[in-house]
Amino acid sequence: MHTRPHPVLIGFACLVFFFLLAPLVIIIGASVSDTTFLTFPPQGLTLHWYENIFEVSAFKRTMVTSFILAVTGTSLSLIVGIPAAYALNRYRVQLPSFLSTVFVLPILVPEIVLGFSLMKTVTTAMGFPIFVSLVIGHALLVLPYCVRVVSAALASFDFSIEEAAVSLGCPRWKAFFIIVLPNVRAGVIAAFILALITSINDVSISLFLTGPGISTLPIQLLAHMEQFFDPTIASVSVLLMLVTVGVMAVVELTLGLTFLTK
Amino acid sequence: MTFRQPGWLLVLPATLAVAMFLGIPVFDTFSTTFTDSTGFLSNYEKFFTSRFRRAVLWRTTEIALITMIASLLIGFATAYVVSRAPKKLKSLLIIIAVFPLLTGVVVRSFAWLVILGKNGILNQILLSVGVIAEPLSMLYTEGAVIVAMVYLFVPLMILTIVGVLEGIPEDLLQASASLGATPFATFWQVVFPLAMPGLIVGAVLVFTGSFTSYATPQLLGGEQQMMMGTFLRQRAMVTFDWTGASTIAAIMTVVTIIIVLAMGRVARRLNPAAV
Repeated sequence: MHTRPHPVLIGFACLVFFFLLAPLVIIIGASVSDTTFLTFPPQGLTLHWYENIFEVSAFKRTMVTSFILAVTGTSLSLIVGIPAAYALNRYRVQLPSFLSTVFVLPILVPEIVLGFSLMKTVTTAMGFPIFVSLVIGHALLVLPYCVRVVSAALASFDFSIEEAAVSLGCPRWKAFFIIVLPNVRAGVIAAFILALITSINDVSISLFLTGPGISTLPIQLLAHMEQFFDPTIASVSVLLMLVTVGVMAVVELTLGLTFLTK
Repeated sequence: MTFRQPGWLLVLPATLAVAMFLGIPVFDTFSTTFTDSTGFLSNYEKFFTSRFRRAVLWRTTEIALITMIASLLIGFATAYVVSRAPKKLKSLLIIIAVFPLLTGVVVRSFAWLVILGKNGILNQILLSVGVIAEPLSMLYTEGAVIVAMVYLFVPLMILTIVGVLEGIPEDLLQASASLGATPFATFWQVVFPLAMPGLIVGAVLVFTGSFTSYATPQLLGGEQQMMMGTFLRQRAMVTFDWTGASTIAAIMTVVTIIIVLAMGRVARRLNPAAV
């Protein structure tokens, strides 16, 4: 039987959860305030600031950029990450152990350092277009998630099923697509979603790789906040929270959210 | 072992991508810091002899340490309650913790801008209660940065620690209790040591995360509370001093790697069974 924690501890935990949610509620409140400045509790009620998101062309444009960037970067990352994760599990004995560390490197190097280095070397010295550098940066950013989450799914996959297919005459590449991949589908979906949300929220890498005419939503938000203090930022934030709710619903339906504590 | 084995071919694209777009650029950043005409280490000498730069490094370390300790304490206590909660409630609490985590850093830091501002909610509340006579300026202080960072990292800490607490077999707690240990003794002698690896992982994530953060110090600290991340950005994009920026980048990376490796060692020593 579970022993109940001390009441003081329970009270403390309640406070913590209040502390976690209150700021987000405040943003929602501020986003419907009928004032030209940010305030809470809202004075009056309006959806004007939501309309304003789509009137400020910079928000519209960067939203599209962020979305395309996230999908492209994540897809690229999965295309190189899934084979790597597969090989790391399937040929664990043959491959040197340092290889699994290689894919954790983007975590060891601070994001902001990676962003700065990419700007210096890839954009300036090698002359890659800004959007291509952004895609490269975001693909690297999410690679560790892709490799690790897919690896975790593969770790519980029984490779003898694949061997059975191969020994019965199925070509290796076909066995991978019809036997292995469907079995780790949940892991791939999880990796895709986590990577997507990480990419959409990224600041530190995009910070150096945006220029005139090209920017991502978080960078645009930061720039907007430094000049204006109107509720549009709050309404964009609420929109981003709605995206989060959507993502959580998908995760819950495919894997269960408790997956994230593992 | 030969290179013809399929394993090599499959890891090759990802390895090449990391080598080319992470290895080369970061190596390049590091190497430019050693090429100053006045000496091999003169860029670092410049960094460490400047009072201002030392202050930025010290402030960053201090904020990261305080954030780490506060998040550990808050996260552990909360995670303990969450892990003991009935199943339904537990799932709900985990959802509440995940939600801010998936909401971007900019949005979450922005919330504190609204709360702590001159006309912010906190000032309004304090004024109406009569604790203060005039609104306090809370923005652009170290405290503002720390509060927002703790807010940023507590969910991560809760989830990491709930993960390890869930892995502790119920039998161990029952055994401890049936052998006469008080709940307090069970906690310190059974739960705490077993949770240690999770606490260390959480501590590393929070320390390195706050040490290298940008958006939060930029929004809530401003110029007054310059941290390594905001300083790097200022050197690179405002003053175009790329060598100076590279020196900052190298110091940030070295600190991050040292912390990760050192904490990994501590974790192994405390619990040789885990990884």
